[in-house]
Amino acid sequence: MVKGNQSFIFNAGIFILSTSTVVGPFEGKGPLSGDFDIIHDDIWMNQDSFEKAEKIMLEEAALRTIEKAGIKKEEINLFISGDLLSQIISSNFAARTIGSPYIGIYSACSGSMESLLLAALIMEGNDIPYILTGTSSHNASAEKQFRYPTEYGSQKPPTAQWTVTGAGTCLLTKMFQGPKITSATIGKIVDMGVCDPFNMGSAMAPAAADTLYTHFQDLGITPDYYDIIATGDLGNVGHKICKDLLKDKGLEMPDNIFTDCGMLIYGDNQNVQAGGSGCACSAVVTFGHFLNRMNRKEIKRILVVATGALHSPLSYQQKESIPGIAHGVAIEM
Amino acid sequence: MGKKLTPEQQNYKDFSKKREPKRPVFKNCIKAFVVGGLICVLGQIFQAIYIKHFGFTEKTAASPTSATLIIISVLLTGLGVYDKIAQWAGAGTAVPITGFANTMASAAIEHRSEGYVLGVGGNMFKISGPVIVFGVFSAFVISIIKVIFNFFGG
Repeated sequence: MVKGNQSFIFNAGIFILSTSTVVGPFEGKGPLSGDFDIIHDDIWMNQDSFEKAEKIMLEEAALRTIEKAGIKKEEINLFISGDLLSQIISSNFAARTIGSPYIGIYSACSGSMESLLLAALIMEGNDIPYILTGTSSHNASAEKQFRYPTEYGSQKPPTAQWTVTGAGTCLLTKMFQGPKITSATIGKIVDMGVCDPFNMGSAMAPAAADTLYTHFQDLGITPDYYDIIATGDLGNVGHKICKDLLKDKGLEMPDNIFTDCGMLIYGDNQNVQAGGSGCACSAVVTFGHFLNRMNRKEIKRILVVATGALHSPLSYQQKESIPGIAHGVAIEM
Repeated sequence: MGKKLTPEQQNYKDFSKKREPKRPVFKNCIKAFVVGGLICVLGQIFQAIYIKHFGFTEKTAASPTSATLIIISVLLTGLGVYDKIAQWAGAGTAVPITGFANTMASAAIEHRSEGYVLGVGGNMFKISGPVIVFGVFSAFVISIIKVIFNFFGG
């Protein structure tokens, strides 16, 4: 059901049957390591390229999710996935392995929630038993495509972020009782003229603020309705900007509720400048950490607003600013 | 930078600037000075060794000295240490010849997975290419100026 301009409420009972998360060694050393299903001890993952390593993680996460649900991969009716690489190759190749009907999406780091809300929208109106969604990113493959070679010795500014190596997948069904997708807000592009790819937090914060504000307007609720409200990968710079933007609009975000996946995934001693980023950032924190906490009954209602920077390496060199987007999905127990 | 900002975007720029941590420019300069200086001292030591023990003159020792620094830089790049040092040292490791070696080695390693010709060969000069292009061009301009000065002056 449409609510307001950009939001949807799901009444059909769309449940998260199972999720799975795979991460690299660096994430495995972070504070959330206990929440991940598979932690690789090498960023190559026994492959001969970083791109193949990323695909492997997405495949592993997808197959583990299917296995956890106790179904066969042939039963998957639809796989919706996205990643950061050109022509979304990680998703395409993982979909080739899974062999199910597939829709590939590109929405940069907001892909985790975009795929989830698309799945919920499709499931809401149709009699589809199982939809699998997922995203992946790899630090080295993302750096290679968007910035410099991994071993290149450039000094990153304090606003830079560290792309998460990992993959997170989520299986939706109506035939279950558990964490439920209750509403979603589709974001608009917000471009505030930030051009610096080492300052993604500032580039995406206005989009996150816009989607959050719209979500509460559309649904007629206040932030304290949720136990956790997390943005995807604003990092500590973008998080502060987003909070202050909302405050200016008259929406106070309580500190104990409002957080950011990019701030949670790494510890203070990991030297990642402003925090984590990448498609996998919001995916592994939501599908690992948050859902584990929900299953342990520590929290009941969460809102995840995954943020994406929709520029390309070319558009940046052509001096285009970075268009930001943010998609929100609410999950309740 | 680049596109003209709308008033709203300009407002946001001011708004976000206040909340972004600044690059610690002064601290970075000190670090760069110290590390850059240390690399040069290291070079000086190699030069002295080459002159004293291997019979090079002050002029001819330059080649084996830079070659040694390049080998060390490439080794550290391959071992995944150079970028860690560079995050701390900034321009200190970027400006000397070691920085140039690092740009080539890192690009070559990065694109090894695309094969030797299209990957390594095609991408090795990805970062260092502009340095060579503008280095050669500015040398050309300076030479022209020198020729003109010599013509009128000499």
